[in-house]
Amino acid sequence: MNRRHFLRASATSAGGLLLSFHLPALATARPFEAAGEGEEINAWLTIAADDAITIRVAQSEMGEGVFTSLPMIVADELGADWSNVRAEYADPNRSLREDGVYQRMGTGGSRAVRHSLPYLLAAGANARERLLLAAARRWGVPAGECKAANSVVTHNDKTLRFGQLAAAAAAVTVEEAPLKPAAERTLIGTSQRRLEVPAKVDGSAAFSMDVRLPGMVYAAVKHCPVIGGTVKSVDAAALASAPGAPQVVKLGHAVAVVADSYWQAQSAVDALPVAWDNGPGAGGDSQAWRAEFAAALDEPGVVAAEQGDVGAAFAAAESTIEADYFAPYLAHACMEPLNCTVHVQAHRADIWTGMQNPEAAMAVGAEVTGLPAEAIYPHNCFLGGGFGRRLNTDWIREALVIGQQVERPVQLIWSRAEDTRQGFFRPMSALRFKAGFDADGKPIGYANHSVTHSILAGVRPDAVATGIDPSSVEGLANLPYAIANTQVSHTIRNTHLTTWFWRSVGATQNAFARECFIDEMAAHAGQDPFDFRRALLGAEHGDTLRVLAMLEEKSDWGRALPPGRGQGMAVFEAFGSVAGQVAEVSVSQSGDVKVERVVCVLDCGNVVNPLTVEEQIEGGVVYGLSAALFGKITVADGAVAESNFHDYPVMRMTDMPVVETHLALAGGDKWGGVGEPGLPPAAPAVCNAIWRATGKRVRSLPIADLDLSWT
Amino acid sequence: MNELWVNGVRHALEVDQTTPLLWVLRDHLNLTGTKYGCGMAVCGACTVHVDGAPTRSCVTPLAAVAGKAVTTIEGLSADASHPVQQAWVEHDVPQCGYCQSGQIMAAAALLAENPAPTDADIDAAMTNICRCGTYLRIRSGIHRAAELAREA
Repeated sequence: MNRRHFLRASATSAGGLLLSFHLPALATARPFEAAGEGEEINAWLTIAADDAITIRVAQSEMGEGVFTSLPMIVADELGADWSNVRAEYADPNRSLREDGVYQRMGTGGSRAVRHSLPYLLAAGANARERLLLAAARRWGVPAGECKAANSVVTHNDKTLRFGQLAAAAAAVTVEEAPLKPAAERTLIGTSQRRLEVPAKVDGSAAFSMDVRLPGMVYAAVKHCPVIGGTVKSVDAAALASAPGAPQVVKLGHAVAVVADSYWQAQSAVDALPVAWDNGPGAGGDSQAWRAEFAAALDEPGVVAAEQGDVGAAFAAAESTIEADYFAPYLAHACMEPLNCTVHVQAHRADIWTGMQNPEAAMAVGAEVTGLPAEAIYPHNCFLGGGFGRRLNTDWIREALVIGQQVERPVQLIWSRAEDTRQGFFRPMSALRFKAGFDADGKPIGYANHSVTHSILAGVRPDAVATGIDPSSVEGLANLPYAIANTQVSHTIRNTHLTTWFWRSVGATQNAFARECFIDEMAAHAGQDPFDFRRALLGAEHGDTLRVLAMLEEKSDWGRALPPGRGQGMAVFEAFGSVAGQVAEVSVSQSGDVKVERVVCVLDCGNVVNPLTVEEQIEGGVVYGLSAALFGKITVADGAVAESNFHDYPVMRMTDMPVVETHLALAGGDKWGGVGEPGLPPAAPAVCNAIWRATGKRVRSLPIADLDLSWT
Repeated sequence: MNELWVNGVRHALEVDQTTPLLWVLRDHLNLTGTKYGCGMAVCGACTVHVDGAPTRSCVTPLAAVAGKAVTTIEGLSADASHPVQQAWVEHDVPQCGYCQSGQIMAAAALLAENPAPTDADIDAAMTNICRCGTYLRIRSGIHRAAELAREA
């Protein structure tokens, strides 16, 4: 084993993932050293003498498949033999030192493929040109007559493998590296299994909780049960005789205990007597908040979008309907509870965690330690789920503060209860809709007011200076349906809880409420929900119309169903993609809901890896259904009540519907996101199906809280 | 001193008897393939085999496995050749992968008991949580693993 690697997947199989970390002491001497073996052709890839190509991934692998889709882009342009390609993380510290060579490494907003595409194609083209030049010089022929494919450069009957050219290619300079015509691509658009899967079936895949460092100790943490509260006093003496030499570290809002093993640390922190000052959130109560949000719907909001005169339209309307919707706070509940390993030294700090935002980790590292950001070394790991939660840095900050005090490598692990309760939730939201119709049932007025806990107020307060958090009105302010008179208004109403980006963000609650209300409008107008939407979608929504057409066909829309069974549909554009879904549900007479089938049609423009796109749609549907069916974070006396999967239930195998994914791709230059767009239509499609099955409208989530019995 | 047999290897440990097997495996034996998910046996990420039976190691004290044979994901096969592991690769089952050690151990135990499970058998036996939503691929992976085991 190469001595540079002190920790790596212990049993990488051939062609499998190689995930390596630098030994801090040695990395000090050569901090830019590539983990991959072989010649570095450019910052994005290395080629070894045996032709193994290691491509660096500058986005976070949290299940969405970037460890495969992003290398596919580079490899296609390079002309690589895909069977000999490996992936490893790009080094964020190097990117900081080398003028952002790895671009924006934060992974979110379903951006990974569509934002990386230009620079990854360029990286592949640059490496290919270097290899062609190196071969051309060796042969004394023009580079333009050489071709690269399957990791071999050819000129007439002469061939050289990439591995034979790597050293020379690394040394040449390339002025210009034109991209291949898209028609010559051979990998992009083909289904490829994930490169890292072999490491995920034998226990060797390295998640951050699996980091093991010499002399490492463990930390467990107990936060003030009321977010925003602080530690009043700690009786550290109570641990004097506890095993594992526990050491108490005060964090202001929390107390950590460091011990020789995690179990000793967790047992000690559980037993540690702490007096809390619960702070301003002490009286918080989610039932009361719900009433306050509903009351705020009666007050005027800040207008986010307006057209025509909605008041006059309602006055002139033949009929109107009105409905209020509600969506609760939600936890991300990643499978891997938050954890972070740090080694804080006088001259540098190393951070190992599954993170969606390595640049932010460097900034926090610099802030906490006082070291320059260049002395902070984040080492990303596989993320045991991200869903937005790991875009934050709160747990990294805690680990760094603890690490400063223990002067040894320390691994902080949040218990599941801490992970569930300690904030950064999907916001709570109340939404009101009103529609007016003319005598023909055509909608002539539409008003919507939402009251939502702002995410951006806690991130970039300037972004909400107008009184509107743009993330809260996603899909509301930009209503795709053409109605002559509309008004969309918004009110920010924050509680003491912290909120955060949660897979598909504002689209989660807004798609649910909007698409359910559109279904109510269609029913009021006596129209089929597909037809009703089509009549309101102009030519500029051609992608949506195409999605709807395929969805109607693939879902067997309108087929005869027995009592207690129903279909429902919804469509939503977000993250540059359009997703439409039809759900089929069965509801027992006592009101138990089973989602039987979900048909999804997606237009994300173009696709790199259809296999992982399909997996992301399935995953988005499941994540959305977990929330719709079961998800809610509630608060009493300021503290979150839910703590674990027994009281924060999620979808399991037995709850699974059949999920079918179809692509209705626009092609051309359109590249839309994939990780999130599959989620928003799931809840409204299911809720609309429940109405058809039972005659009951679902206007408040989760579904499990409602009486859906029917006779 | 506690004696513990894991993946066919005997370990002598100075660890408190009440320590959950999960943390003994992870922190004392460095077998980190077995994952912590919930700590209360509701998610299944920590599933190992104890004398062949699927067992949630996060609530299994060390004392309860004395004299028994513990198998972890690292010991399921020497070279990822167990039919479930092969099927998981073939069907591209994992997404984030964090729950998959537990899923694979639960699936391997199911197939040892029932070589040709129906969808209903799978629903009943596979109670592990996956937040990425890989359930349909887990189900098809189990059917494929059953086929691979029959072919072998």
